[in-house]
Amino acid sequence: MTSRTASNRVVVTGMGWITPLGHDIDSTWQRLMRSESGMGPITRFDARTFPTTFAAEVKNYDVAKFVADVKVHATAGLNSQFALGAASQAWKQSGLDAFSALNRKRVGLYLGAGEGVLDFPQYAAANLAGWSDGATRLDAVRWAKTAHEVLTQMYEVEQEPNMPLAHLAREFGIRGPALNCLTACAASTQAIGEAYSLILRGDADVMVSGGTHTMIHVLGVTGFNRLTALSTSKGDPTKASRPFDATRDGFVMGEGSGMVVLERLEHALARGAKPLAELVGYGSSADAFRITDIQPEGRGGASSMHQALAQAGIDPLARRADGRAAIDYISAHGTGTKENDSIETRGVKRVFGEHAKDIPMSSIKGMMGHLIAAAGAVEFITCILAIRDGMLPPTINYNTPDPDLDLDYVPNVARKAKVDICLSNSFGFGGQNDTLAVKRFE
Amino acid sequence: MQRRRVVLTGLGPATAFGIGIDPLWQALVEGRSGLALIRAFDASGFRAASGAQIPDSFDVKDFVLKSYRKGTKVMARDIEIAVAAAVTAVKDAGLTTRGTDAEAVATIAPSRFGCHIGAGLIAADLDELTAALWTAKNAANEFDAGNWGQQGMQELTPLWLLKYLPNMLACHVTIIHDCQGPSNTITCNEASSGLSLAESQRVIERGAADACLSGGADSKLNPMAYLRQELAHRLALCPPDADATTIIRPFDATSTGSLVGEGGGILVLEAFDTAKARGARMHAMLAGTGATQSYCEDTVGLVPGTNGESLADAIDAALRDASLSASDIDAAIPYGCGVPAIDAIEADALHRVFGARAATLPLVTLAPFIGATVAGFGAIAVSVAAKCITEQRLPARLNSTSTAGVAATAAPSCATALRHILVFTPSLGGQNSAAIVSKLD
Repeated sequence: MTSRTASNRVVVTGMGWITPLGHDIDSTWQRLMRSESGMGPITRFDARTFPTTFAAEVKNYDVAKFVADVKVHATAGLNSQFALGAASQAWKQSGLDAFSALNRKRVGLYLGAGEGVLDFPQYAAANLAGWSDGATRLDAVRWAKTAHEVLTQMYEVEQEPNMPLAHLAREFGIRGPALNCLTACAASTQAIGEAYSLILRGDADVMVSGGTHTMIHVLGVTGFNRLTALSTSKGDPTKASRPFDATRDGFVMGEGSGMVVLERLEHALARGAKPLAELVGYGSSADAFRITDIQPEGRGGASSMHQALAQAGIDPLARRADGRAAIDYISAHGTGTKENDSIETRGVKRVFGEHAKDIPMSSIKGMMGHLIAAAGAVEFITCILAIRDGMLPPTINYNTPDPDLDLDYVPNVARKAKVDICLSNSFGFGGQNDTLAVKRFE
Repeated sequence: MQRRRVVLTGLGPATAFGIGIDPLWQALVEGRSGLALIRAFDASGFRAASGAQIPDSFDVKDFVLKSYRKGTKVMARDIEIAVAAAVTAVKDAGLTTRGTDAEAVATIAPSRFGCHIGAGLIAADLDELTAALWTAKNAANEFDAGNWGQQGMQELTPLWLLKYLPNMLACHVTIIHDCQGPSNTITCNEASSGLSLAESQRVIERGAADACLSGGADSKLNPMAYLRQELAHRLALCPPDADATTIIRPFDATSTGSLVGEGGGILVLEAFDTAKARGARMHAMLAGTGATQSYCEDTVGLVPGTNGESLADAIDAALRDASLSASDIDAAIPYGCGVPAIDAIEADALHRVFGARAATLPLVTLAPFIGATVAGFGAIAVSVAAKCITEQRLPARLNSTSTAGVAATAAPSCATALRHILVFTPSLGGQNSAAIVSKLD
């Protein structure tokens, strides 16, 4: 490992999020500390007959409160609107908004943003117009006639997954490298890891990174319901997401965005910015196993954790001088599906061996829902807040221990702890696994 | 510290001429366009009825081992293209993987094998989806969410969603070839596969993998994706009776737009040291890459920039990354799709980087042969650049007769000394990508 200097250290200088529990860092964090849930009935469409009728929606959100001129974002889809709110908080906290000497060609963007929402009523209308009883193929000419009448240019363009990039670039005048990755639930963790790598390589001094997504729409819920990935619990939606609990029956969809400003340490120090934490490791792997199942031994997740730890110079099997395990906290992917939570537990044990039981690991998805592409960035931010406040967010709805899951999941209530180094895990449908290691800035 | 060099050892383009570099190269040298009436659906209700479609003989089942045939049932067309391109690249590179021989020892250790495949926004198959939607309509023939939730959605196969997630290109390819290293899916429209190649380069450089399957694939030849191209002002007027082979006229003052081509490409990128150690044939080197973002007046970048400044910055970044200067470049492959506003930005970028030499720097314009290949472009263009270098020959150019300021008028293929070729593209959304492919010494 090369030694760390101000030119090859990367710090976080800003963070922001738009979530089902709030639109700013501190009030949302306090709600997580109080074990609150963002779940409720789906309001975005009539889901009453769907197998899953609830989700964690972002409520009362107005992008105009966050941007300089809302007119230039007039056509933005929900995903871009969430991204603008989260990134504006991060940009402002970093102080870059007031830094007149900023070289915008050295500022980049790497997002793990999801696609925009379909114009579903119009889309369905066009599709039905192109069909008839007994048909086996769409009549494309008839479809085109209706589609030309009802589908509109900007609604369609805004669905391209790189549109959040375009909106953020416009808002902050970014001219450096700009990329979007979409590796399902791992996307924004991977984006932050690759943004970090771009700074280390010297391709940028500052990267705005994170994710944004909503799949709380007809075909999103349909798709995950068909995969039987969503909780179909009856009764109180706030009890539906039960990560690591023996009765867990699937994830609950959330939506929103998490964004951070990453910066080369010397660039941050030179302009007098205050580092919030240091990003010290990133690991990425593919399961290469099956399209629907996770490799059962947790091989892929273990590999991404190992790589992140190796880059951070941390031996997972060694204890620190004061007797603590190698790290203080793991923000789990912890979706609340049978498979993920078992295999993630197995992967953590693979990496940390007998020390795994001494490392608290919680999932905020019980409170936030699963923000899909945006989940990783939001969870990365909770790691930084855990370091800042010495508090661990809980895994709520943990009532029935699963005999096979025997780690410390920080059940039900937030916990005071000495937190200096954390891992944040994200594992995507399709087998992409990503881990970030973040450390107290010293 | 000496940077780890990255070489191209396997080429797997997929275009209107079929799968692999040979049929594409043959058409490029002969000056034969692949544009014709779209066969995938009746496109006569759209602005353009023609495009560049992969030949009908293409069947993804021919590109997977028998054990994976079942897996092909849950593949959107974009995934099929990536899967076929990947195995083609693997074979071209002389690699043994789980996807070529499940019993043999893999040439590249799985944990050292990465995968970066750019993708577009994949549209759901409307035949499948609408058959299901039809069962949920109400008496007024409108979609009824109540019926859908209760019953209609059951008509969709349980794995329906997995056909359309953009990362399923890489998902299938990593499973087939057992690539357990870093894997990513870049989704930046036309810049997708160029940016993916650059990410593989960085991953190999930093030692996180020794080889990567890298590139991108995209098919807009279905009604929904095609409509989006039309709405984004990408299509020229091309009625069914027009001669599609003459429509795309890159950089020509009379050009009115583009036509879509499905396709893409996967390449094998390897570290020079490990490729050398295994005695691999090396087509060329990926000498450098660059990426930037343009200022877009309309925010979304329907016109990707107000001028070529940021695109030129991406090219300059790629030159710096390759430790080259503009005068070292022997030819360039722009996106060159024939949409006047996009061509103008590319021409401006060429002038900013090459100055007066922009008028004579030979351009390779692929779109008149294979259409505008969107997320597949960068990988196809880098494959062609590598072939130009190994053949020391430039392809023919078609159609354009007056291209003020850039060298893009129709010309036959010619033998030329080529050491460094630039590939670049802007994108809808404003992301720019540039790469330099160099001859190995």
